[in-house]
Amino acid sequence: MDTINITIDNKNFQVPKGSSILDAAKSVGINIPTLCYMHLHDLNTTHKPTGCRICVVEVEGRKNLVPACATECLPGMVIKNQTVRVLNSRKTVLELILSDHPADCLTCPKNGDCDLQSMAQKMGIRHLHYQGEQSTYIKDRSPAIKRDMDKCIGCRRCLTMCNEVQTVGALSAINRGFMSVMAPPFQMNLEDSVCTYCGQCVAVCPTAALTEIDHTAKVIRLLADPTKTVVVQTAPAVRAALGEEFGYAPGTLVTGKMTAALKDLGFDYVFDTDFAADLTIMEEGTELLDRLTRHLNGDPTVKLPLLTSCCPGWVNFFEHQFPDMKDIPSTARSPQQMFGAIAKTYFAEKINVKREDMIVVSVMPCLAKKYECNRDEFKTDGNPDVDYVLSTRELARLIKQASIDFDSLDPAEFDHPMGESSGASVIFGTTGGVIEAAVRTAYEVFTKKKLHKVDFEQLRGMEWIRESTVDFDGTPIKIGIAHGLGNARKLLQDIRDGKSHYHAIEIMACPGGCIGGGGQPLHHGDSNILLARQKALYSEDKSKVIRKSHENPSIIKLYDEFLGKPMSVKAHHLLHTHYFDKSNHVEITKE
Amino acid sequence: MLTICENNVAKIEAICREFNNDKGELINVLHQAQHTFGYLPEEVQEIIALNLNTSLAHVYGVVSFYSFFTMIPKGDHPINICMGTACYVRGAEKVLDEFKKLLNIQVGQTTADEKFSLSSLRCVGACGLAPVVLVGDKVYGRVTLDGVQEILDEYKS
Repeated sequence: MDTINITIDNKNFQVPKGSSILDAAKSVGINIPTLCYMHLHDLNTTHKPTGCRICVVEVEGRKNLVPACATECLPGMVIKNQTVRVLNSRKTVLELILSDHPADCLTCPKNGDCDLQSMAQKMGIRHLHYQGEQSTYIKDRSPAIKRDMDKCIGCRRCLTMCNEVQTVGALSAINRGFMSVMAPPFQMNLEDSVCTYCGQCVAVCPTAALTEIDHTAKVIRLLADPTKTVVVQTAPAVRAALGEEFGYAPGTLVTGKMTAALKDLGFDYVFDTDFAADLTIMEEGTELLDRLTRHLNGDPTVKLPLLTSCCPGWVNFFEHQFPDMKDIPSTARSPQQMFGAIAKTYFAEKINVKREDMIVVSVMPCLAKKYECNRDEFKTDGNPDVDYVLSTRELARLIKQASIDFDSLDPAEFDHPMGESSGASVIFGTTGGVIEAAVRTAYEVFTKKKLHKVDFEQLRGMEWIRESTVDFDGTPIKIGIAHGLGNARKLLQDIRDGKSHYHAIEIMACPGGCIGGGGQPLHHGDSNILLARQKALYSEDKSKVIRKSHENPSIIKLYDEFLGKPMSVKAHHLLHTHYFDKSNHVEITKE
Repeated sequence: MLTICENNVAKIEAICREFNNDKGELINVLHQAQHTFGYLPEEVQEIIALNLNTSLAHVYGVVSFYSFFTMIPKGDHPINICMGTACYVRGAEKVLDEFKKLLNIQVGQTTADEKFSLSSLRCVGACGLAPVVLVGDKVYGRVTLDGVQEILDEYKS
């Protein structure tokens, strides 16, 4: 690697040629503060609009201060990071940003987890010297995401996530100057736009301009209602990230403590979405084998590849942007919705509780799940299969509000029967996990042989698009994996153009899969946190005695007692769904 | 739901094709489309986004950024007041205020009967006639406050 010599604050350093002042300083342990800048290392995404000017430094020989994030180091460059001029400029810039920002930190949903607040603290802002006009906008509440643009500081991170990483295109910067704001086209509500509720904009927003719709208060009221039986399910990715909210290192599994906390909070039954993930494999796996067998028998009408359908952000994406392909994804509902449907029928019957007296709460790493549970097709006579969805962050808030000392909790077990799960279901929370779980079951059903090795390392990893061929005892099965909707778009475009050669494709909307979901503890751009969470899920899989979905005894019993067999009429009614064309383009008329 | 007739869709498609359906040519496409339709309503922006394979949010972002682009239809008689330096010092702002008062609209708006719309521009190159007002293509020079009503009366019938 070529290096060059530079000077920062009177010290000489050798840094990689071509690096920015910010990266060069970081490589030698010098911290230059940033606000709008965002670098997601493992996701190959760097966002540097040079809008905030917090990272300005002095360069000898240049009249003006330069933004460190976007200025390349040149040989012999003399950089000053600590002069009075630099510090004053940064402070002034920050005070000007704050002059157009509501000062309601105490009651703000991002209090304590806000980049602007911590910058103000770091810079020692004690006084606002500038008072001027404050921009105000209409608050926009969708089923999953709240937009409060009064708190937008114009960093545009949300635009990078929405338009470049996810290629959803729901947001853009509109108007100019003081009136400029990030908004959907024509300032329509998010709900009317092409937004998928993936929540990646929320995950990177430095302030509370974009936050989740908070359902904690509603859940607290229901927990206190003696006429309601409140059932909770927890998604696999939650257990690998919840600990971060209580000071544990990223990747610490807190399954037992989480279960104990939920019991302390007063949930009547603490179940696991993993149970429903096993059920998903039974249905989706059977559907895959059905399509595959028909395809191998030469049926030209069969649609391949089969696309997974667990991810509600992804479902929204193809309904909006690829409605012509809505018959390709599996019809299997997501684990969350399968859980709700079984809880309010099979389990409600078992414990003799009426549907309307049962409340199903989900804890999800996801914001799109908040929207999903509200879809009309997942309601019976207006009563939803899943009543409320809490994000991982909301569960942490609930635990803190209840003054539960998370650290001292003794681990507890999930309740039976819907708390029992296989290792295959745990890895649903990471990119590659759903398809690996499906392969474990599909292989054994298809070949009628026992798998000797259940770990399919070739399907794992963090690369955006991965592919692999799995040998089903002489029949090669081609598998594609994509995470991040921008990468899903590439695979979908190939299918549309007839260039796809896969039998099955797993798609997850969020970078990293659910571990990087829009409802997870904020990773503030550190993708090492995602890797740690991923590792945690594979270790929980490894620690399980049962590692294949079709061997989960509670699932076997559910089919025996209630559903019959996978894809039976009853299973179809409760566990499958259909998709809609939401492209909503302008209607073209004759006249 | 918004509607647009297939004739107009064909016009937009032709404009986009002229620029090879290249999203990098968005501003040029918008210029042409505004020239054709007089303004850029939502449905026109939708068809442009589809043809250039870009998001509607992006198209609207550009339309809302540049003051030249408008989503409000122009009146039958678009009025432009020159706010260039020479016209400005000779009282163009007062002339503009008089138009606003008499028409009861702001700059960028169109009267309810769609007869007049009001815009300002920078220098038409006739500084000797300052202050200058354009109605359609017709130029009025040395406009006085009293002259404003006279100009409007010409188009009232």
